[in-house]
Amino acid sequence: MSADILNSLKIFKRELTPAQVVKKSREDRFMAREIIDGIFTDFVELHGDRLSGDDMSVIGGIAALNGQPVTIIVIDKGTDIHDKLSKRNGSPEPWGYRKAQRLMQQAERFHRPIITFINTPGAFPGKEAEAQGQGEAIAKSILESMKLTVPMIAIVYGEGGSGGALALATANQVWMFQNATYSILSPEGFASILWKDSKRSDEAAAVMGLTAKDLFEKDIIEYIVPESHNHPRVFNLIRKRLDDEIKALNQLTPSELVKQRRARFRAF
Amino acid sequence: MDLYENKSSKEKIKRDASVNDRIPDGLFLACPYCGAQMYNKQLGEFRVCANCGYGFRLQARERVSLLTDSFEEMDADIQMTNPEFPGYAEKLARAQSQTELGESVLTGLATIQQQKVALGVMDSYFMMGSLGSMTGEKITRLFEYATSHRLPVVLFTASGGARMQEGIQSLMQMAKVSAAVAQHQEAGLLYLVVLTDPTTGGVTASFAMQGDITLAEPHALVGFAGARVIESTIHEKLPKDFQRVETLLENGFVDQIVPRESLAPMIAKIVKLHTSLEE
Ligand SMILES: [Zn+2]
Repeated sequence: MSADILNSLKIFKRELTPAQVVKKSREDRFMAREIIDGIFTDFVELHGDRLSGDDMSVIGGIAALNGQPVTIIVIDKGTDIHDKLSKRNGSPEPWGYRKAQRLMQQAERFHRPIITFINTPGAFPGKEAEAQGQGEAIAKSILESMKLTVPMIAIVYGEGGSGGALALATANQVWMFQNATYSILSPEGFASILWKDSKRSDEAAAVMGLTAKDLFEKDIIEYIVPESHNHPRVFNLIRKRLDDEIKALNQLTPSELVKQRRARFRAF
Repeated sequence: MDLYENKSSKEKIKRDASVNDRIPDGLFLACPYCGAQMYNKQLGEFRVCANCGYGFRLQARERVSLLTDSFEEMDADIQMTNPEFPGYAEKLARAQSQTELGESVLTGLATIQQQKVALGVMDSYFMMGSLGSMTGEKITRLFEYATSHRLPVVLFTASGGARMQEGIQSLMQMAKVSAAVAQHQEAGLLYLVVLTDPTTGGVTASFAMQGDITLAEPHALVGFAGARVIESTIHEKLPKDFQRVETLLENGFVDQIVPRESLAPMIAKIVKLHTSLEE
């Protein structure tokens, strides 16, 4: 092979830089509804938090995973511009987290495993969100997740932004898509807080350690979902692995499941 | 006079003196909440604005000496051993020497008007009270100690949010502490939060909002997102008392706003009401 071809192959196979991963994580690679339909069957959507409203950026419901009933909670950034605006690009309101809490409690009652799919720049920083207790909503999601006696697996498939992501990721296992990110803050926010210059976001991305690979190496996550343009292939792989891991987690007693989840975070 | 002096009151006097060394009595200050101008001396022992009741920010050790009859510090030696992020080690060292703390929270076993509690006090002067992994570790250990010794936890929150320099590890502390809170709750024990100025970000989105009872100091700023972030997101000016605890009380997120000088008796009263007769 000529040097030219070797070089271009190398470029093709070269890993993305963290800044490139950040960009990719924000693209519409995998859509919420596509994930639900691609992995599960018999999805029944359940709306509302029974307190104040229904946040459409958090899709929730029950479905079957290889025939086994599960509860799924999926953050949706929306499809077209109108949809994205109405879902604030996947930034949940407090009533979105309270809807998630309600569905987790319901899963607990019916002994159903919980699977969450996360793609959010963060919880919505809005006036109404603060008035309705955004902090309390996230705090309670985390606390109640810590008490669940059913298996819970969280999968970050795009952006995993801060507390707004953690609210649905206090699980027995946390996975990330290959080009997803999970971080304390966006690289723009990080750069503007630490260096007073949001334009240095690429530099921030490089030092933040927010890629799936970085986080896997630091034992923050258990598994990296390899991505492919062949989406059915990705979904088949996730379905199989979810099935295996949930079967394994189901071998634990309810109190062992709680213990495992708490110990997982105690290690940090 | 020496006859009436016990060890703890002597210590109290010494600590206050050292604080006053830094802020001269004659210094003219403006209240950060109402803007009223006053001499430092006028704030009194509790450092409260005479005009509006706002409590000026306290260092954790000042707070402990104002609040407790006795205090035995726990985990004093816990601090970051490998601050890798550029410039982080220097920032930590500065914060440690300014606050005489290893991390942004002071924890220990305290007596507040005869009630024994596990006490945690966050210090906003220590890197803005940010939630580092050792902050999380100290608070987690406080809850674990309280659970195994069947004690209530009283936690004074003050935090600018996450510790940026620690990245994802800082985020994980929200979950780590929450697990310890869950364990403490399940043991049937009381967790009392006192929200102080300012409590924001990841601390608000975790253990500050997980108490059985939530008290707050007058006019303390408490919220999740920063006001400037919200304003630039919704393109709207926020009202004056947005994110002040008076608004949180109105919205149902706080049990009571308690003036600083009344906190010790109020905490003691609540703790006592959670002590069963058999114990
Ligand atoms: Zn004032």
